[in-house]
Amino acid sequence: MEYLILFLPLFASILSGFFGKIIGDKISQVTTSLFVSLSAVLSFVILYKVINQGYENNLVIATWINSGSLNVNWSIKIDALSSVMLVVVNLVSALVHVYSIGYMSDDPHKPRFMSYLSLFTFAMLTLVTSDNFIQLFFGWEGVGLCSYFLIGFWFKKDSANSAAIKAFVVNRVGDFGFALGIFLIFYIFGTVNYNEVFEQIPTIIDKKIIFLGFSTKAIDLICILLFIGAMGKSAQLLLHTWLPDAMEGPTPVSALIHAATMVTAGVFLVVRCSPIYEYSQLALTIITVVGMSTAFFAATIAIVQTDIKKIIAYSTCSQLGYMFFAAGVGAYNVAMFHLFTHAFFKALLFLGSGSIIHAFKNEQNINLMGGVWKKLPYTYILMIIGTLALTGFPFLSGFYSKDAIIEFAYLKDNRAGFFAAYIGIFTALLTSIYSWRLIFKTFHGDYNNQKNKIESLHESPAVMLLPLAVLAIGSIFAGIIFKELFIGHDTFYVFWGDSIKFLQPLSTDHPPKWFIVLTPLLVTISIPLSFYLFVKNKKIVNAIVEANKPLYVFLQHKWYFDELYDFLFVKPSKKTGYFLWKKIDILIIDRFGPDGISKLIKNLSIRAVKFQSGYIYHYALIMLLGFSALLTLLIFK
Amino acid sequence: MNFPIISSLILLPTIGALFIFFTRPSSKKYQSSKYVALFISLANFLLSLYLWYIFDKSNVDFQFVENREWLSGFINYKVGIDGISILFILLTTFIVPICIISVNATVTNKLKNFLIAILLMETMMIGVFCSLDLVVFYLFFEAGLIPMFLIIGIWGGERRVYSAFKFFLYTLLGSVLMLIAIISIYWITGTTDVVKLYEIGIDPKYQKLLWLAFFSSFAVKTPMWPVHTWLPDAHVEAPTAGSVLLAAILLKMAGYGFIRFSLGLFPIASEYFIPLIYFLSLIAIIYTSLVALMQEDMKKLIAYSSVAHMGFVTLGIFTMTQQGIEGSIIQMISHGLVSAALFLSVGVLYERMHTRMINKYSGLVLIMPKYAIVLMVFTLGSIGLPGTSGFVGEFLILMGAFKKNFLVATIASLGVILGAAYMLWLYKRVIFGNLINEDLKKLIDLKKIEILVFSSLVFPILFFGFYPEPLINSVETSVINLIDMYNFNINNNLVLKK
Repeated sequence: MEYLILFLPLFASILSGFFGKIIGDKISQVTTSLFVSLSAVLSFVILYKVINQGYENNLVIATWINSGSLNVNWSIKIDALSSVMLVVVNLVSALVHVYSIGYMSDDPHKPRFMSYLSLFTFAMLTLVTSDNFIQLFFGWEGVGLCSYFLIGFWFKKDSANSAAIKAFVVNRVGDFGFALGIFLIFYIFGTVNYNEVFEQIPTIIDKKIIFLGFSTKAIDLICILLFIGAMGKSAQLLLHTWLPDAMEGPTPVSALIHAATMVTAGVFLVVRCSPIYEYSQLALTIITVVGMSTAFFAATIAIVQTDIKKIIAYSTCSQLGYMFFAAGVGAYNVAMFHLFTHAFFKALLFLGSGSIIHAFKNEQNINLMGGVWKKLPYTYILMIIGTLALTGFPFLSGFYSKDAIIEFAYLKDNRAGFFAAYIGIFTALLTSIYSWRLIFKTFHGDYNNQKNKIESLHESPAVMLLPLAVLAIGSIFAGIIFKELFIGHDTFYVFWGDSIKFLQPLSTDHPPKWFIVLTPLLVTISIPLSFYLFVKNKKIVNAIVEANKPLYVFLQHKWYFDELYDFLFVKPSKKTGYFLWKKIDILIIDRFGPDGISKLIKNLSIRAVKFQSGYIYHYALIMLLGFSALLTLLIFK
Repeated sequence: MNFPIISSLILLPTIGALFIFFTRPSSKKYQSSKYVALFISLANFLLSLYLWYIFDKSNVDFQFVENREWLSGFINYKVGIDGISILFILLTTFIVPICIISVNATVTNKLKNFLIAILLMETMMIGVFCSLDLVVFYLFFEAGLIPMFLIIGIWGGERRVYSAFKFFLYTLLGSVLMLIAIISIYWITGTTDVVKLYEIGIDPKYQKLLWLAFFSSFAVKTPMWPVHTWLPDAHVEAPTAGSVLLAAILLKMAGYGFIRFSLGLFPIASEYFIPLIYFLSLIAIIYTSLVALMQEDMKKLIAYSSVAHMGFVTLGIFTMTQQGIEGSIIQMISHGLVSAALFLSVGVLYERMHTRMINKYSGLVLIMPKYAIVLMVFTLGSIGLPGTSGFVGEFLILMGAFKKNFLVATIASLGVILGAAYMLWLYKRVIFGNLINEDLKKLIDLKKIEILVFSSLVFPILFFGFYPEPLINSVETSVINLIDMYNFNINNNLVLKK
């Protein structure tokens, strides 16, 4: 069964990728969707077995790299953690496959698109089912590659290609840290297999190493390096710049890769390595700080963006920040819970926005929409459900996971946790405001689009709405159903078993009453508030913008990160490259090297040639001079 | 002694070359000569596969050794293979038929002579990888330059004479020093037999100078910074088949030389010069990656990327760890396949459009989808994406380097980021976007024969990416033996000093 789960998507991808022309668009769309759906069903069976029977398995498919003490296998590891990821990945992937049949109906390259989606699913599955760091790395780069393909899917658009390269290269920066982390693990432990590494942890806690002149604890360094990889993949502050640009890709791609699955790989990595992270307080603190900064920072940008997908992209960035600081305060299971619920509502929001974009004929600017909720009733309702779940409105799935994160941060009882809790609450308010801004600007107010007449808009076909409905059900109920299993007091230890390590048991206290109700209260209040601000009385918003123009521009330019990186890295690299080539290679090495030598020899020989003038008296003179010199020398000696 | 299989490998291409030389083909196009050359080189490939099959991987000694007296008491013609050489022989015999198939359109005149040059070169290359006598090695090593020199000088582009001259000047400089070193070794020890030299060792006090002399020759061929500037010029001017041979095999002679001779004969000097090698390798990796980023000519870009990749190789060899050396060997094989493939890919475009300038191309995926796919695979191989052979090599090298020196491994890993940047940028500019040029519309996608050639390169790149066991297995014993010998020598020397 595990083999089927893993290889069905690969098979689907090969079938549709290489034989797409032969079997036709329809068949390749249906088969890929079918295969991935089958894989999704089987994943549920596995999850069921894990929940009820505590099923675990570690299959070895083949050896991969076997060099000295380095032994790496292709493997499938099933435990609680990977089974949850299997469900998330395969379920969302299957729904996105189906949705794409409708969304990409006008595209000439359907089989290629489906093939990439399935290939991505396969890569993501190898990532989550790995039993060692190198296969994890394989999946890690594999999903990065598919992301590259899919962002640049519309290859005629220059911006899409640039965004694809940016995504790949920025991720490579993260991978650079990740790879160094793996090297260090191999250096310290002599192996890269999870179990063998985790077993040895207690023996090396105090081991110190010198790295780049600093003496640090090896374990801290490992954790930080791995986290750099996670930051790249999960678009955390400093390495986040690729995610908003990645929205150049088709919307189903954004839903699958840049919301539900690939970007959560970083969180998965940290949770998977919880047996290491638990011993490094330093790394956990860094994770908390980075996580909460990202959560806050991305939310501030989302508030002023006008591109519907970019708003949701920054929202994703922000929610990933939540997951990280949950992991940072040691509540790995809560991080996984938020990952799980987030997959539903964020995929729902993305696919819903896709439905809107589809209706508006590829218009993405929310200022050019408005007042269409009657025309797109289903999309409207589904988007509302997604928004409620995202903002953490009581009793929808986001409520359980997000509030749990804030509570655990508060209960962590250290400074980082304390700050994280309050920033978490404030960010929840921001989240609510920007999400409702999106809804109100798109669906309410006046119709602002000149290009398309309002009569021409119509609801998306059933093949697109059906996956949305499934995700909506998940967004509503996933929280309440899986709450006990994932984060319920005492019960969660049973479910997660050995897959997550808790050095100290999580706090079972309750924060004060007022603290618990604060977030839901803010979130609820913000709905009428946003309605007032963005629909009823727009003057206030305009006044605020006018009064804080510099801040507004600063936010609109996304804190100037792109410009800064361009100035710091991109331009200098190009300039240096040009300098090294033109000045060093050509002007110095070649000039004094081969060209210089040949010129020198030429000059010398030209001079030597002059000696042989052919005139007897020249030769005679030289002979005479030489002879007298010799004589002089002999006489004076 | 049994059937002299190694000598047959070495001589078969020469026999083919002689045959082509003395026969007069019926048509002007020399099709029959090409078939003869192809047949001979394929036969040689099969022979080397058979050799790989019967080769005993668990045996540390050199196998299939042939030892004939040549100049009595002075030089013996001695050849034999171990796990490391067999892979390079396979690479050679695999690449040569591919060159011969792809030769048709790039070389229009004197095809017959061109084929002879390629076949002679195959003889020399195989000779390099299995000679067990320094003089024999030297002869093969240097003689291999002559066909290459001619290929660039006769069949090259506009500035071919300059490039050929530069190529010759650089390589000559190193060679002379190596010859002197070989003569000195004979004076010091009384033999040039590599196996004997491994046993008796060379007096540590001479090792540093001798190492430097060998190094100067290998560094030029690798090529290492700062003696790399001949490579871009040579590649740009050489015809496609020449570039392929140059990148895929000729550059590997130096890497092989480092492993076989620098480490094997002068362990103490090698240990002493490790910082130098690391320093130059890092410069090669970072510097040439940056330069590659700015290239406007596709061939030059790939040439510079070769320098960067070979920087990884030299770094890995001198980590003196099992992962590092095995990684270097895999990286060399992988680079042999990937760079050959990339040069062939550029050749395909050049043949159709007669330009290699990147800005002349755009949007090729629209008209050449098959080409876009194969080029993607090769690009990924060059980037070292997991699942391609490039990854296994690079990752093992960096792992080995990390054991030795954190800083070096960290800087070298930066090269991996730059590698992704320049290759993907190249791919984007050439393959994606809109068709900017009317001429581009006339391009035709890959022909059947080209698909055959490219798929025969795609297959091993992916296969060894997912399953490098065959490669690692065949070198493992030899590498462990090499490292043991190396450490033994280093420790002995330390004891002596005390």
